[in-house]
Amino acid sequence: MVSIENLHKKFGKNEVLKGVDLNIKSGGIFAVLGPNGSGKTTLIKSVLGMVIPNKGTITVQGENIKKNSSYRHKIDYLPQIANFPSNLKVKELIRMIKDLRNHTNDDHNLIQLFKLEPFLDKKLGNLSGGTKQKVNIVLTFMFDSPLIILDEPTTGLDPISLIRLKELIQKEKSKGKTILITSHIMSFVEEVSDEIVFLLEGKIYFKGTISELKTKTNQPDFEHAIASILTDNHA
Amino acid sequence: MLKILKYSFFDLMRSRWSYVYFGFYLLLGVVLLFLNNDLSKAVITLMNVIIVLVPLIGTIFGVMYYYNSKEFTELLLAQPLKRSSIFLGQYLGVALSLSMSLILGLGIPFVFYGLFKSNAIWDFSLLLITGTFLTLIFTALAFNIALSNENKIKGFGYAILLWLFLAIIYDGIFLMTLIFFEDYPLDKLSLVGTMLNPIDLSRTLILLKLDISALLGYTGAIFKQFFGTSFGLVVSFVMLVIWVVLPVLRIMFKSKRKDF
Repeated sequence: MVSIENLHKKFGKNEVLKGVDLNIKSGGIFAVLGPNGSGKTTLIKSVLGMVIPNKGTITVQGENIKKNSSYRHKIDYLPQIANFPSNLKVKELIRMIKDLRNHTNDDHNLIQLFKLEPFLDKKLGNLSGGTKQKVNIVLTFMFDSPLIILDEPTTGLDPISLIRLKELIQKEKSKGKTILITSHIMSFVEEVSDEIVFLLEGKIYFKGTISELKTKTNQPDFEHAIASILTDNHA
Repeated sequence: MLKILKYSFFDLMRSRWSYVYFGFYLLLGVVLLFLNNDLSKAVITLMNVIIVLVPLIGTIFGVMYYYNSKEFTELLLAQPLKRSSIFLGQYLGVALSLSMSLILGLGIPFVFYGLFKSNAIWDFSLLLITGTFLTLIFTALAFNIALSNENKIKGFGYAILLWLFLAIIYDGIFLMTLIFFEDYPLDKLSLVGTMLNPIDLSRTLILLKLDISALLGYTGAIFKQFFGTSFGLVVSFVMLVIWVVLPVLRIMFKSKRKDF
């Protein structure tokens, strides 16, 4: 599905990615984890083509993403911070994104699911953080793309919406889609993901299932396993 | 690109600033006509205002729009759209809505005053054409500055400096050079110097069209000789087009290599 080879990225003097090699097969939920500043968002943005790598190649479904924009038809992306043009109404934003991509009718179900009807005529600048995130989720899930990338999807969501989001993710997975998630909420990651990719200092430190990670680190639970990687490497 | 252009354009059309800008020109047109009571004289006064103000507004609006629509841009970048079409669409959205405010704001009062029956119509059209060119040029320059500077304050600073340089300082330097080298033949130098600054170029074009180049003295005669011919006109329009094309090319080049 996605293959990344020898990916390097520097921002000025700050070397964020130092040769990442990653192969993500089709189908399933993959969590990209790592401490703050380990390059998770940079990695994801490189796949999206928003960050231009210094070195390395990325292919999405066999298509090299360099100097290419049409491959993004295969990707739904949920950005980390839901910043929208503030003078647009929710309704208009949804219509606009539909106009820019393919037309879809999934938005109605999603709007119902997240109870967004009362906000459709409100301007995006006047919405609360959680509501913005729900709009963000609607925009992401309303298209039927084989690859879904979620950057901190749980930010600002109330418990009910969080349950709905998890259901949504499982539903998409059952359709055979590939889902990439980054999150700092370990319980969420443990619950939804099939496999994790652990980034540390710009390199892939571990890739495998959660139980493999537990045996590797000799820790009984996931949260401690992650913590032990971090303490071992910073001690 | 056309879709982005459409959204940027309508986004701006709904913003208060477009109306303020439009209202300002409307008022300016009405007041000038009322005070001058003569179309050709109003055109001259208008030229002095436009030559300075249009670049300023284009620069400020361009920088402001770029920084304000950062979120929108990031949203668009994750969609299956080409980078060049995102940025060109936004640029044209800003430049065209500004040009429209200018053309409508000035055009309406002049049309009602009887522009079509007067022989000032060509002078007035030239004024609007150069105004549109200046908008296109300075919005493109502003986008360039904004693309190269992540820091808003820096971006604004450079944009204002650019305007100040081309609108005021350049003329000063130019004049100093002419005085300094007055013992040498300066006609070629002054022609080239004028060509290299879009504001000077526009001013000279309009002055010559208005046939008040006599005010310019010796240089005026040279300019008249050069710009007055069809060759001179073509060259100056080509220069204005180059002034639009080069910054636009840099927008495309720069946006392809930028990280978001």
